[in-house]
This record gives sequence, structure tokens and C-alpha cells, in this order.
Amino acid sequence: MSGLAAGIRLAYYERRVCIVEKHYAFGGLNSYYTLDGRQFDVGLHAVTNYVPSNNRSAPLPKLLRQLRLTREDFGLCEQSFSEIRFPGRRLRFSNDFSLLEQEIAQQFPRDVDNFQRLVAHIRPFDDVRLDATYQSARKILGEYLTDPRLIEMLLCPLMYYGSAEERDMDFTQFVTMFKSIFLEGFARPREGVRRIITTLVKKFRAHGGKLMMSCGVERIETSGGHVTGVVLESGDALEADVVLSSAGYHETMSLCDDAPEAKRTDDVGRISFVETIGVLDQPPSTLGHAAAIVFFNDSDVFEYAVPHELVDLRSGVVCCPSNFERHDDMREGPFRVTWLAGYDQWSQLDDSAYAAAKADYREVFLRFGDQYIPGFANHIIATDMFTPKTIRRYTGHLNGAVYGSPYKRRDGRTRLSNLFLCGTDQGYLGIIGAMLSGITMANNHILMGD
Amino acid sequence: MGDHSVKDIILEIIATIAPDADLSDVKSDVRLRDQLDMDSMDFLDIVMELRKRYKIEVPKEDYPSLATLDGCVSYLAPKFDAVATT
Repeated sequence: MSGLAAGIRLAYYERRVCIVEKHYAFGGLNSYYTLDGRQFDVGLHAVTNYVPSNNRSAPLPKLLRQLRLTREDFGLCEQSFSEIRFPGRRLRFSNDFSLLEQEIAQQFPRDVDNFQRLVAHIRPFDDVRLDATYQSARKILGEYLTDPRLIEMLLCPLMYYGSAEERDMDFTQFVTMFKSIFLEGFARPREGVRRIITTLVKKFRAHGGKLMMSCGVERIETSGGHVTGVVLESGDALEADVVLSSAGYHETMSLCDDAPEAKRTDDVGRISFVETIGVLDQPPSTLGHAAAIVFFNDSDVFEYAVPHELVDLRSGVVCCPSNFERHDDMREGPFRVTWLAGYDQWSQLDDSAYAAAKADYREVFLRFGDQYIPGFANHIIATDMFTPKTIRRYTGHLNGAVYGSPYKRRDGRTRLSNLFLCGTDQGYLGIIGAMLSGITMANNHILMGD
Repeated sequence: MGDHSVKDIILEIIATIAPDADLSDVKSDVRLRDQLDMDSMDFLDIVMELRKRYKIEVPKEDYPSLATLDGCVSYLAPKFDAVATT
């Protein structure tokens, strides 16, 4: 997505651009496929950063302007509402921020004013600057809020939707996520992520950009601190004046044929997920479940960390794509559950143990759904599941890390003068962030640089 | 090149890069950024469109000259003339 967005900018301004995609489908982490005649989305639950059309300065309208797209091009439909479920407490929120404010006033009355002070700190905070330094979000939240349960509840959705770091978040990234989820909101194209991807691909091609699918990069050729081109797995070579890579920092640098940097492993991302998708024989809303997205945790303390077992069932995310507006004519309803998962545990399994583990967690999923929809298993007509191993296979991310390295390189620079990063390891988060990342890197390093 | 046509060219470019902007009453001497809710990304696009459409180059250090419509006229008119005569 970041690569396509960068490509659109560059092709529009008459640069010769070629995008090489390792996979046969676009989107990397956010992609789609068809199974038994049904269309499935992976990655994208919802587009964050949804704002009404009279707001012109938020990330979404900014991005649309930069790509010369209209809101209709993405066909975004707003969420019903979402919620954060902890034992004995539920905080609902929607694309109208006042709902979250009311819920906090009711359930955390002692922290109402503190929360308002926190929001007043967040609103003007410049979270897109490229030279931000690390600050612990937990520490800053602790300076504003008194009830630790409120801190945990606020962190839960924001970490699940963007944190590459375990247990804490960089405050700048917290602000980005807070704005994009709470102050702005969730929406989704009726057709899912494919609508966004096909829109970007069409635009890129219309400006003369070249796309090469199923084209992995074998190595990046360098000379004297510069990149001279890339060699594809097919053996073909492409010369390039500049290379933008969305493959991730470590993944990209290990492709370079110059002397490798001293091996660091402490900043390789490890956060990964399993997701089970069940298709219900009718939309979840008709079965009594109306929330678009639920972020749940089974105790007062939320531990966002790489599990020591295959899956950590204590917390997760439930997404029901049919609970967005204008989705009400759907006859079937997908019900997706995401849990934290351990890449090492999944990747150690041999084929039969891997299949058995997937079958086990399918059973877990069927029982889990009962908390949301009585008789859940009886309504399920199809299921599918992805694991950290699937993510590794399709995105190439080490450890199947969904959000890349916890250490972001926000200016996108690397040790090679004309090789830049875009996408998750540059550090703008979410699907809108990915696209803005590509745009910003193309603007700063290529369009403004010449 | 006349002042009006430079202004028209800039407004036409802004209409392309920000189709939802209200351009009915843009003041010549007020910063475009302040009147039209434009940011540095939009500004870059004005420069890029000038290059794409008219082959006019604006080096990075001169971007501030384009802050207002009046600024655009005084900075760009000689450049348009130069392009026209080559």
C-alpha cells in the first residue's frame, strides 16, 4: 500500500516508476483472496482516520488530495460503534468522540477531567514529525489518569491496531493511534480492502506506472554507498536512481550486497497474530451482535506481548465487517477474531502438527463465539485461519511481525544514500498511515530532492 | 505575462490539488496557507504542477516566495516570460 501510494505520486509527476511485488496479489499485509467462491479479507479490519467531508486537514483528506482521489473512490462506510470490553466494564466509542467521553464520565467519574486534560494534550500534539524521540505512553498516561484500568482500556485498541512494541508504546505513536481511532474513527469499503487496492493500482497504471507481480527481489546492488539497481529472483536486473522499499528495515538491508551492518536482533519486530474468520449464515447484527469491532481483555491488566504458547487467548479483537453502514444487504456475515500469537511456536510445527493446531484453534474459535452469539457454532458455514507463519510467507516479515520493527526510522533513511524505507518500518501506522508513509517518503526524498 | 494570468494559473492549480477548496474569494496579499487550509504537502504540489505543466523550476529555497498570490506573481511572472521566449 505504501509502495503503491509512493508510486502514484511519482508516476503522476512523470517519473519512471516500476513497482516489483513479490506476491501475486497486492497489499502485503492487507490483502484478499477467494476461497470456495467466498471473498475473504486479511489484515484490514477497518480503515482508521475516518472524518466527515468538511474536515480538510486530517490525514484522510490529505492523503486523498495527494493521490488525486475522492472519498467515493474508497467507498467508505462508517462503523456502527465499537467497544472495549474488560471484566465488568465496557467503553463504547464511535465516529462521534462524545460517545467515548460520556462512557468515561459514567464509568470512570474520577478521571473525567483528567481525561479531558489528556485529550487537550493530544489534540495539538505533532505526531507526524520525522524527528520525534521516544517517550513511554504508559508513563505519560500515568501522569494524567489515576485509574490504571482506564489506562489499560485505552491502550488495548491502540496497541492492537498498531504497536510493534510489547507492553508499552511510543507516545508519538500512541497519539497517532488515539487520533485515528478515537478522535477520528472507523470506516470500511463495502467490498473490503480490495476496493482500496484496486483503486490504487488503477491510478498508478493510469499515470504510466509499471507493475511487476510475482517478482521477488533477489538482491539490491550497491556501489560506493549508493544503490545502483535491483536483481530479481528471475535473474533480470533493473537499474534505478532511487529505491523505495516497503519490505521492512531488516528485510531490506539484508538484500543489499554491500558489507552488512553488525547484526542486531533487538529491534526485529515480534508481534504477530492468528486470525480466524468464520462466516455466519446471517449477519451478526440479526443474531444480536451489533458492534463493528470489540477489543476484549479478560482481566484488569492488559498484557500486549509475544505469547510463550501458540496463542494468547486472554485478549483480542472481534471484527464484524457487516456491522458497518450500507452493509445491511449482506446475507452472510463474517466474524473475525484476532489473538496474539507466537511465531516461534507456530514455525516449529511440522506440517501435520501445524494442521492439527489450526484445527484445535478452530474449535476454540467456535466456543469463543458463543460469548457473542448464542449457538455460534451452528451458524458457522465456513471458516479460515491465518497464523504468524502465513504472515511470514505472504509479507516476508521476519517473525511474521505484523507491525514490523519496534524501532521506527521515521525519516526513512538508510546507510545507502538513495535507498529509503516506506511503510510499517518508517513508522506511520495503519492503512492510512501506510499510504501517507509512501507519499511522504516520495515527496521528501524524491520529488523535493531534485 | 500579466498579473492576472499568473494568479489564474495558480488558482487553477489549487483547484486541481484541492478540489474541495473554496476559491471564490482568495485574497492576493494573505498567505494561501492561512486562507485555504493548505499544508506543506499541498505547497509542494503547486511547485510540482508548475514544473509538470509549464516546465518552471522552483528551487526549494524559493518556496517561501509563493506564500501569497502576490508573491507568486512577482516571483513567477519573469519565469513564465523566460519560458515563453525560449
